[in-house]
Amino acid sequence: MTPAALSQSGQTASAVAGPAGQSIIRIEALEKTYVLGEENIVRALDGVDLTINAGSFIAIMGPSGSGKSTMLNILGCLDRPTAGQYFLGGEDVSRMSDDALSEVRGRRIGFIFQSYNLIAQLTVLENIQVPLFYRGQDLKASHDRCVELAQLVGLGDRLTHRPTQLSGGQQQRVAIARSLVNDPLMILADEPTGNLDSKTGAEVLDIITRLNQAGKTIVLVTHDDKVAERAHRVVRMKDGRIDQDIVRQQQSPAAPVN
Amino acid sequence: MIPYQFMITVRLGIKSLKLHKLRSVLTMLGIIFGVCSVIAMLAIGEGASYEAQEAIKRLGSNNILIRSLKPAEQTRQQSSGPGRGSQLKYGLTYDDAGRLLGTIPGVARVLPMRLIRENVRFQRNEIPCQVVGTLPFYTEVAGAAVVRGRFLAYYDEEHMENVCVITTGLARRLFPYQDPLKHAVKIDAFYYQVVGIVQERSQPEQRSQAGKMEGQPLDNNVYIPLNTSRTRFGEVLIRRSAGSFEAEEVQLHQVTVQMRDLPAVETADPQIKTMLNRFHDQNDYEIIVPLQLLRQAEQTKRIFNIVLGSIAAISLLVGGIGIMNIMLATVTERTREIGIRRALGAKKADITMQFLVETVVLAVGGGLIGVSVGIITPVLVSHLTTMKTIVTLWSVLLAFGISGAVGIIFGLYPAKAAANLDPIEALRHE
Repeated sequence: MTPAALSQSGQTASAVAGPAGQSIIRIEALEKTYVLGEENIVRALDGVDLTINAGSFIAIMGPSGSGKSTMLNILGCLDRPTAGQYFLGGEDVSRMSDDALSEVRGRRIGFIFQSYNLIAQLTVLENIQVPLFYRGQDLKASHDRCVELAQLVGLGDRLTHRPTQLSGGQQQRVAIARSLVNDPLMILADEPTGNLDSKTGAEVLDIITRLNQAGKTIVLVTHDDKVAERAHRVVRMKDGRIDQDIVRQQQSPAAPVN
Repeated sequence: MIPYQFMITVRLGIKSLKLHKLRSVLTMLGIIFGVCSVIAMLAIGEGASYEAQEAIKRLGSNNILIRSLKPAEQTRQQSSGPGRGSQLKYGLTYDDAGRLLGTIPGVARVLPMRLIRENVRFQRNEIPCQVVGTLPFYTEVAGAAVVRGRFLAYYDEEHMENVCVITTGLARRLFPYQDPLKHAVKIDAFYYQVVGIVQERSQPEQRSQAGKMEGQPLDNNVYIPLNTSRTRFGEVLIRRSAGSFEAEEVQLHQVTVQMRDLPAVETADPQIKTMLNRFHDQNDYEIIVPLQLLRQAEQTKRIFNIVLGSIAAISLLVGGIGIMNIMLATVTERTREIGIRRALGAKKADITMQFLVETVVLAVGGGLIGVSVGIITPVLVSHLTTMKTIVTLWSVLLAFGISGAVGIIFGLYPAKAAANLDPIEALRHE
């Protein structure tokens, strides 16, 4: 793994967000309510405070209905909170317009989904390039970097393959490469191993762990304890609130690989 | 940067359309037919009106044509004389011609004509022709050009010479190997020396006895001096049919009045009608004003174009609805992709653009194919039939422009619908 491949100009993510340990996500009294009917108001998030430091590896856990998914959507800037504030990299994104949020998603967040979510008609390389395209970047200029990222996840020889020609593990690795292409502040992984068997799931988690070791901030949403074991910090949610917040171990570069 | 991004969007659109080739082609068909019909219909319409206008122009816009008409059946009963056969007297007279020249202001010349159907023979060749008895200035009024020899002269007229001038087509058919100017043709019982060959600008006589003329070559005219025609054929023409015969007395079959200028043409028409009605108690003539016909033809063309245009527009509309339908289905089908793109940083405008471009590619692609088919179709039509077609540049541009507009108009709604999808819902979509 070359750290240079992870960031566009050789900078590390922490350089963007300040020195390691500084918070890149700060959530204050976050609320999200869904009005389904006059009498039926669901408080999906009911006053959440959370701070995530740069370079940390955090797992968000919780049973269904705990507000975990809502948390993920708001963290991923796909949704706006009803009340409260959300600072991402020092910027308040909780009241941003739709277009501004799109921009934030494209520049600051790397998504890894449970079902990979690659675009079927595009090749591996083109899938990796999608976030760059929406940033208005010249795809030719960044071609080498995209190839490098594909190599990083072990798919350097499958650049022109279509997602349907790849196994689940390979598709998820393409998604990881795609999440890195914009050198995001945070990688948001939603059950990244949910659709994979335990062996390939472990491989994917290895890659994510190594990314964290290289300085990337990882936010992992899962309900699988084994997956959460990889994280340094586990946040358990219940009824729209944070139930437990356990710092398992200090961030250490000596974390076991494989 | 923007054109570059647009290029990629276009490429992406083509790629997406290629994923469902059959569906894309079927969708395009609507536009192809629409564009093709716009161009082909306008080409046929344009060709038809061009032909009509040319035909009218050939009559001469300064001319007013007056033709003898056989009166309607009922009026004929009253005027029929006794006997087994009936003799019918109708039509224009020499006096009419004289009065036209004398009383109507602005008349430059009055050209009388007698038109008789007769077989013309040379050696073994026998061709049914129209024998036109007329005056020497026929060429100037009717715009015929003398190709060889000369036209009829006043000397021929005065002396009732047995001379004739034939049209180029007739010369070709009647004299395949000989020089016509050195020979005489036989019409009825007499021989006429060929003195000249003319190239007709038009066949104004071709309508004079409509019905009987059908199927005849149009270019078979023989011109003889009016006086010769009068003496050789007489004023009474007898047509024999099984068991009875019909005799008609017609002095002149047609009179072409050449006016000095265009304004005179307008005013002369009612004056001629008034003057002639005083001497004709039955409706045995018709007045044809090419200038009016030309105006009518232009008016007709305008209406024709509107009708054709609307038909074509409707087919384009149907094509557009087809496109919209497919694009709405495509948006639903690709909801997940839209969600992914939104998550990866696509703005609403990016999604709108993507689907709009896809629709426009579909429509313009169909438009391009439609334009080529639409240009080929009229060529085929004129090749297979005698119809003249003219493909005008503006009709091609119009059709192509409309197809692009259809793409944008009918693509906007599906594209907006795609952009307005909630990214969270879209990502969850199966």
